[in-house]
Amino acid sequence: MSTVANIWRNLPLKAKVGAVLFGIFLLTAIIGPELAPYDPSFQNPAPNLLMAHPSAQHWLGTTQVGQDVFSQLLDGIRQTIVLALLVGIIATALSVIVGVTSAFLGGLWDEFLSLLSNVFLVIPALPLLILLLGYLSGRGQWPTIIVLSVLGWPWGARVIRAQTLTIRNRDFVAAARESGEKSWRIIAFDIIPNEVSLIAASFVNTVLYAIATSVALAFVGLADLNSWSLGTILYWAESQQALQLGAWWWFVPPGLAVALIGTSLVLLNSGIDELGNPRLRASRGMERVAGHRVWATDPTPVLSQLSSSRTRVAAFLHSFSRGSLLDETPAGGELR
Amino acid sequence: MSPILDISDLSVVYRTPGGDVRAVEQVNLTLSAGEVVGLCGESGSGKSTLAYGATRLLRPPALVTSGSVLYSGRRITSGGDPVDLLAMDHRELRATRWREIAIVFQSAMNALNPVLRVQDQLLDAVRAHLRMPRNEARDKAATLLDLVGIPRNRLRAYPHELSGGMRQRVMIAMALAADPEVVIMDEPTTALDVVVQRDILAQIVELKETLGFAIMFITHDLSLLLELADKIAVMYAGRLLETGAAQDFMRAPAHPYTRGLLNSFPSLHGSRRELTGIPGSPPDLRDPPPGCPFVPRCGYAVPACTAVDMTLEPVAGANGLVAAGAVPGGPAGHLTACPIVTPEVSQEGVLS
Amino acid sequence: MQFILRRLAFYLVAAWVAITLNFFIPRAMPGNPVESVIAKYPDLTTSAEKALELMLGGGNQGSLWHQYVTYLGHVFTFNFGTDIANFPTPVSTLLAQSIPWTLTLVGVATVIAFLVGTALGILAGWRQGGWLDRSLPGLMFLQAVPYFFLALVLVDVVGIELHWLPVGQGYNGQTTQPGWTLTFIGSAVQHAILPAFTIVITSIAGWMLQMRNVMITTIGEDYVVAAQAKGLPSRRVVYTYAARNALLPQLQGFGLALGFVVSGALIMEIVFAYPGIGLLLLNAVSSDDFPLMQAIFLVITFTVLIANLIVDMVIVFVDPRVRAREAA
Repeated sequence: MSTVANIWRNLPLKAKVGAVLFGIFLLTAIIGPELAPYDPSFQNPAPNLLMAHPSAQHWLGTTQVGQDVFSQLLDGIRQTIVLALLVGIIATALSVIVGVTSAFLGGLWDEFLSLLSNVFLVIPALPLLILLLGYLSGRGQWPTIIVLSVLGWPWGARVIRAQTLTIRNRDFVAAARESGEKSWRIIAFDIIPNEVSLIAASFVNTVLYAIATSVALAFVGLADLNSWSLGTILYWAESQQALQLGAWWWFVPPGLAVALIGTSLVLLNSGIDELGNPRLRASRGMERVAGHRVWATDPTPVLSQLSSSRTRVAAFLHSFSRGSLLDETPAGGELR
Repeated sequence: MSPILDISDLSVVYRTPGGDVRAVEQVNLTLSAGEVVGLCGESGSGKSTLAYGATRLLRPPALVTSGSVLYSGRRITSGGDPVDLLAMDHRELRATRWREIAIVFQSAMNALNPVLRVQDQLLDAVRAHLRMPRNEARDKAATLLDLVGIPRNRLRAYPHELSGGMRQRVMIAMALAADPEVVIMDEPTTALDVVVQRDILAQIVELKETLGFAIMFITHDLSLLLELADKIAVMYAGRLLETGAAQDFMRAPAHPYTRGLLNSFPSLHGSRRELTGIPGSPPDLRDPPPGCPFVPRCGYAVPACTAVDMTLEPVAGANGLVAAGAVPGGPAGHLTACPIVTPEVSQEGVLS
Repeated sequence: MQFILRRLAFYLVAAWVAITLNFFIPRAMPGNPVESVIAKYPDLTTSAEKALELMLGGGNQGSLWHQYVTYLGHVFTFNFGTDIANFPTPVSTLLAQSIPWTLTLVGVATVIAFLVGTALGILAGWRQGGWLDRSLPGLMFLQAVPYFFLALVLVDVVGIELHWLPVGQGYNGQTTQPGWTLTFIGSAVQHAILPAFTIVITSIAGWMLQMRNVMITTIGEDYVVAAQAKGLPSRRVVYTYAARNALLPQLQGFGLALGFVVSGALIMEIVFAYPGIGLLLLNAVSSDDFPLMQAIFLVITFTVLIANLIVDMVIVFVDPRVRAREAA
């Protein structure tokens, strides 16, 4: 488990925030619905509890037909996250398989698969999804999952294929091939381990895409309207004129939940990006050397020049500290 | 006559989370007007860091921690005191760059802007420093190409449309755009094949004779410097190990590292001999060992070597205990940091 | 030039795939859709065959191949069949009414968002670590907000609570009629502000982040260091040496993202009751209006493909290496 600890330590702050935030939602997804005060579908007929403001009884108010919004939210988080994770797993698996084999085998097979990926990348997904789901009237979760997965792999496949091509041309793979190593073994032990961060980023991206798209589809009415996902809550809110009636407690929480889950994933992803390409960190750009701001594109700083231009007071104060010549170094490295 | 470029006591570090990497440690190097100084070393020796650090082109996390880089070009100083590049602000630096000190980068393909035509890039260099109307500047750009032997119709070309050799010539032409006093050449021919290399080197020498600029020629190829340079400096692990006139290196290389380098390539003349490389690898610059950094790989090292302070001293000398092959009482100006051949350190071992 | 031709060929292949999908989907789906059409439109669907004929836009005679060819012919003449919900209006009429609204709104807003985002990205990349750069995570939150949700919030706050801007519709139906009059255009613009604003806000962070990342990578290239070594003024280095090279991957990303941008914008239109394709799509879905749904899918796809082709042409204009790659 020390590698996990190592990875965690090396993640930039952005990614940690994202991971923690997503973790909170994940936790909510797991145990939330068990802790829900009401059955989300239960319609309470009491007239004063229809479209009611948030209260002690109903933390997030009620819907048009007296359902508890908070319970719906908890259920919705679970439904949405489970669906998105499933799509993520399936689509990422597909994109890894397609990307790696297409790059590895090359030739006509590669051409064909690349063409296929590119075509499905350029054709806008949402209208096609709407069309497909419109016809699939058994609108349970599974059609949505399948359809999202089928349209979700091209993006990752392209990226993974590009990376695999680079790795394939490296010497150690050529060596493995020369020594007669079976193809699948080369793929499993030489290629994939080198692409882990790419696959992770692709997975996160796919989950993000799944959340955004499934919510959009549900909002338009193309999901299982009997189950509670964040999108369906919004659908009902919209169709019951929650907006016009000022029932903000109905549509703001689910929307905010989607936004926060999405943000956590975007942060996580950008953190994974920076892990692979440390140059991208904001902290790398501008440095503080001896208390002065130095931009990445400035001339190389000269220590004696920086120290000498310090103000009298600052120098005086600084003389009391045992610190080194440099106030802030990236991780406490000192100049002797 | 004072040198046109006087680097003294220059140190450059890279600040990393794992500690400061001492890429260049207290290096002294001078360049006189019209002189060709060769800076030689393996990758990671700090030779490029030295050049780019002196001109302050290094990106973070680089930091210049000591020293001065004094430039005495008459244009700027008008015969007065030399100016310190390290003390300049943005504006002064911009005025000094290229006009006084130009750089020919290692890989022309990477150093030329892919989306600009050759002419535009030349014009950029010209108009940044010389005040002249557009059409005059265009003429100047054409003249520059003539200088390096490129047909004028290549002015409108993009970098990717030129061959490797031509690209390098464009780089050289561009470096001469503002008529500099010093041209730093960072491995200008390393990426080219031998025949083209020859041509370009010949061209460089010819241009130097005509225009009179000084050259700091950086390379890992010592054999090249033996022919090309007036003076040579050998760097290893961020420190200077030996400096001197090119003939001194040929006749009597002092430092064991230099000798290792010279033994690493075959000679076209003379009898066949065994090629010896230098086993081992350079030290970790985050925590450099005391004394001479070459000790772990040096076949001649004695305990005193780990205590030497790496200042360059004249090659022995008087006391007689010298490494085999070195000429006692060597010419002035031939300096080395190796204690075995410098007179001051008392030593036990005699080398065979 | 060859590059453009190759891209054109690719887009034609993609268009063909879309058309073929469109052809096969209704014929491949299980029987339920037909039944629901029959249930919803008893007058029109006197038999299962009639229902199928309606759904397929009137082309289910003869062999499959024959149907396919007929269908292709129809598509090329923009004959998308007859609408079910608004029988007997041809689908193409409905489309023609809605497309201009969507095209102007989404087109203009997307271009604005791209230009502003890219410009900000250039600055954020050049001054990496500066305040602009550090504001990016905050902006990314905005990007994660679903278009339509932000639309809901804006409508609620700005339209309903504050009454600053009109809510819903494309223009004020009570005061003007469609036409090239100043009142109409003024009203249309006024109604377009909130939707456009939504699109810009939610997508700008994406462009900015992308450009910023590419700029940072580009700034590390040798030719930027060389430009600084040449003593060129900063502005020249930033724009002509760094940004111009960073623009190429940025434009490529733009092309790829167009599909998503358009999709999101459609959903957002629903919230604003904007008379564009989005609203048309919603109505089509809720009324099982299959011919309309299919036609909308095709139209959106074609538009995105054409937009991609335009982006490719811009790329060729900007980057000389692309031109040469084909000539070589």
